[in-house]
Amino acid sequence: MRARKTNSTALLLITILAGTSPVKAQESRVGRWTGHRDAGKSLYYRYCWGCHGFRGDGNGENAPYLSVLPRNFVTAAFKCRSTPTGTLPTDEDIFNSITRGLNSTNMPSWITLTGQQRADLVAFIKTFSPRWRSEKSGDPIRIPAEPAVGLESIKHGKELFTKLECWKCHGPEGRGDGPAAPSLTDSNNQPIRPYDFQSGSRFKCGSTNVDLYKIFMTGLDGTPMPSFADVIRPDDAWDLVHYLRTLQITYTGPELRLWESTPDGAEASKAARTSGTPTGSGNYQ
Amino acid sequence: MQFWRAIKVILPGAAMLATFTISGGEPQTGSIGGKVTFDGTPAKQHAINMSQEPSCAKQYVTPATTESVVTGPNNALENVVVYVSAGAPDEPAPEQPAVLTQKGCRYAPHVIVLQVNQELEIVNDDQTFHNVHPLPKNNREWNKSQPPGAPPVEDKYARPEFIPVKCNIHPWMNGTLAVLKNSHYAVTGGQGEFRLPDLPPGNYTINAWHESYGEQTQEVTITGGQMKTINFVFQAKPY
Repeated sequence: MRARKTNSTALLLITILAGTSPVKAQESRVGRWTGHRDAGKSLYYRYCWGCHGFRGDGNGENAPYLSVLPRNFVTAAFKCRSTPTGTLPTDEDIFNSITRGLNSTNMPSWITLTGQQRADLVAFIKTFSPRWRSEKSGDPIRIPAEPAVGLESIKHGKELFTKLECWKCHGPEGRGDGPAAPSLTDSNNQPIRPYDFQSGSRFKCGSTNVDLYKIFMTGLDGTPMPSFADVIRPDDAWDLVHYLRTLQITYTGPELRLWESTPDGAEASKAARTSGTPTGSGNYQ
Repeated sequence: MQFWRAIKVILPGAAMLATFTISGGEPQTGSIGGKVTFDGTPAKQHAINMSQEPSCAKQYVTPATTESVVTGPNNALENVVVYVSAGAPDEPAPEQPAVLTQKGCRYAPHVIVLQVNQELEIVNDDQTFHNVHPLPKNNREWNKSQPPGAPPVEDKYARPEFIPVKCNIHPWMNGTLAVLKNSHYAVTGGQGEFRLPDLPPGNYTINAWHESYGEQTQEVTITGGQMKTINFVFQAKPY
């Protein structure tokens, strides 16, 4: 209760400060770059507005042709974050999304732009929602160092996959074909598919183990994927990461090789490779 | 926070003093009451197939039905939020949290009212995971997984809005969080009746909101101690 009071006081202060101070805060800071919104504006109206719209509301002229609708920057709910569900992402989170694109959507990688340009775009994107003037970015979740991959860890991760009911959407073998999968919709009320782990080695929000950790511990806001931050302990989360990696049969990390060295793992892997998900078919939404 | 406490103590006192000076002792508040009904044929509600979730399905002797339109005798319309949208001052949130329970893979109540910044607690009474996913347009969106036996998911909303809430794992689950600016509201029950008591004399805009049939408004003027009756009729569609 005490913490809540301090919070509301702090929020009030921020609101007052943001209301009175000049809009200097509309810059972005990513690594060694400081992004400027004016520079970002001209880039936005050259590269981005065709999909994301003149007002940043995701209603660009291409939007009707896309099955995963472009992000609405006015509501400022972002899928790929390092911050808790419901909070604003960090500048770096948006920068990373622009850099790598969003796998399985129409958002391409913009690594062809310079780092400075991408930082400028982050600064401009933040002008679309009033939330950036009244709220701060969330505090990134704390991620403990990844323990070594081991069989115990993978086995425990497998138990968690069942216990936490990940399979209800992602399917018992991680093919994105769980019982709840056909009914899923995103916050634009569009059908959306749960991630199919056999579709490749990239996730929507990155391709590393840390990215995977962040996906289920922060949730993908605007999609049916919830945050498990209050549900999974950090150690357990790494176990789940290690198991989920074994479901990606085209990923050449240590997890699958280790898992395949056990009878259970060998059988699961063989079944996954032969029971006929057309390669890559889950990649198109 | 202390400031608000002080205000809470001072304000009713001042208000009481004011009524005392005007009316010489009698608090002169009126009320608005009435009934919400429908015209036409409402959409047929279907039995929910919960076979996907046996732990919930077994809680029902006869299968639960959908709740997009719930009616009572004499065309009464249930789950309508009747509230003062203009004419009454905004109020600070009550201390008491609003509690929404997930039980038998449904939301109880189906429509819950909370005031701006009132604490909302969402409880999981089921033996299965739910994900709590309110879909606001004007407030922040979040989505949290909640295992059986976990502590309540808590939040509050800063801006008034009718927010659909759903569980993506159990697609038949849906409800509404009605976030309102003051405490002058009622949700109709099986008889379709509502009553908004304790309204000082003045002009009010009364809204009636239904999840399938939208929103209606009526202007009402109350002079001291009056009990006004207004009714709302929604046009029902069979599809």
